Amino acid sequence: MQDVKQAVRQFLLDNFAMGGGVTIADDTSFMEAHILDSTGFIELITYIEETFGLAVDDEEMLPENFDSLANIEGYVARKRAQAPAA
Amino acid sequence: MSALAPDVLAIDAEAQASRIAERLAAIVGRDLRRRGLVIALSGGVDSSVCAALAVRAVGPGKVFGLMLPERDSSPQSLTRAKLVAAQFGIAHEVEDIAPALEALGCYRRRDEAIRAVFPDYGELWKSKIAIAGGREGAFNYFKLVVQPPGGALREARMPVREYLQMVAATNFKQRIRKMLEYYHADRLNYAVIGTPNRLEYDQGFFVKNGDGAADVKPIAHLYKTQVYALARHLGIPAEICEAAPTTDTYSLVQGQDEFYFALPYDRMDVALWAANHGIPAADLAAHFGIAVREAEFIYKDIDAKRRATRYLHAAPALIEPVPPVAP
Repeated sequence: MQDVKQAVRQFLLDNFAMGGGVTIADDTSFMEAHILDSTGFIELITYIEETFGLAVDDEEMLPENFDSLANIEGYVARKRAQAPAA
Repeated sequence: MSALAPDVLAIDAEAQASRIAERLAAIVGRDLRRRGLVIALSGGVDSSVCAALAVRAVGPGKVFGLMLPERDSSPQSLTRAKLVAAQFGIAHEVEDIAPALEALGCYRRRDEAIRAVFPDYGELWKSKIAIAGGREGAFNYFKLVVQPPGGALREARMPVREYLQMVAATNFKQRIRKMLEYYHADRLNYAVIGTPNRLEYDQGFFVKNGDGAADVKPIAHLYKTQVYALARHLGIPAEICEAAPTTDTYSLVQGQDEFYFALPYDRMDVALWAANHGIPAADLAAHFGIAVREAEFIYKDIDAKRRATRYLHAAPALIEPVPPVAP
């Protein structure tokens, strides 16, 4: 099983923390820590959709789903739990 | 800190106009050492006010107006721009930038991004980008809105690649316009006026090396409400003073608040003023009749846009100082 948090952390470090000096804990808010701006969030959503094979609904574009590694892990788990029934 | 008074944005329009005109004349003649001013007239209130101020600063004989329509410009824009040029006695030229944009692939690259989202998007369809989320604490994201001829509006959230390509293609419009403004400025030994108001300047609502490029920005310190007050004082035609601000960049009509700002301009002005004066979110909420949480989101959105667009204002970064030019 793919480690969601590790994959997303690596994506963020590779693309939004060039130059180093950034650590991303499981509960770090990407907004509060200024890791992502609004374009960055759209990039993150596209990455999550493509990497984990999900379709993010408009009403799911919320900090509680995507503003930390822990939130993303929870969101992906919930979506995967829904998927087999679809 | 007291609550927000209703007239925080009131200005003495005559004093403001005199001060700007005086400074503008000094900047052009003394600092920039140019003989006059080039102004691109969009038909909107900001460029109309800048044109009137330029005329007041250096006289109508030393102001050159440009109208730069393209395929998606509203015909009204050109009519209004001509009205302003005529009223203030400004020499002007109309240059259709559509062929240049066509040659650069502006429309083709934009349409390619649109077709990735709506494969049946055709030649005669109209389109625009609209902002969504943001206000209620959700993330800002962008929707593509299209309309087939005679059909209903359709919309879909834009994936990041298509969103960025559409914006990048559309930015050719502002950049080609600025190239032409500088062509005429170089030809005449004039300086170029940039027309952002304070909302646009503060929140980064401009294209770097496009409408963001200029030698002088005479109304960047004025909130949009104050620009309208100045417009009325300077006698700008009523139809311009009364028009809702649009971007005039996409083929479907797009309000500025629909594309970029979280609120209509008059509320956005008050929110920005309040943020700049340390007014607590609770006072802003009471003034607008909204929840405190919503006012907090507005402040956060203001901060976020400032941060995200800081690089648009910045001069190119240097690895080390280059004295004496950049000590």
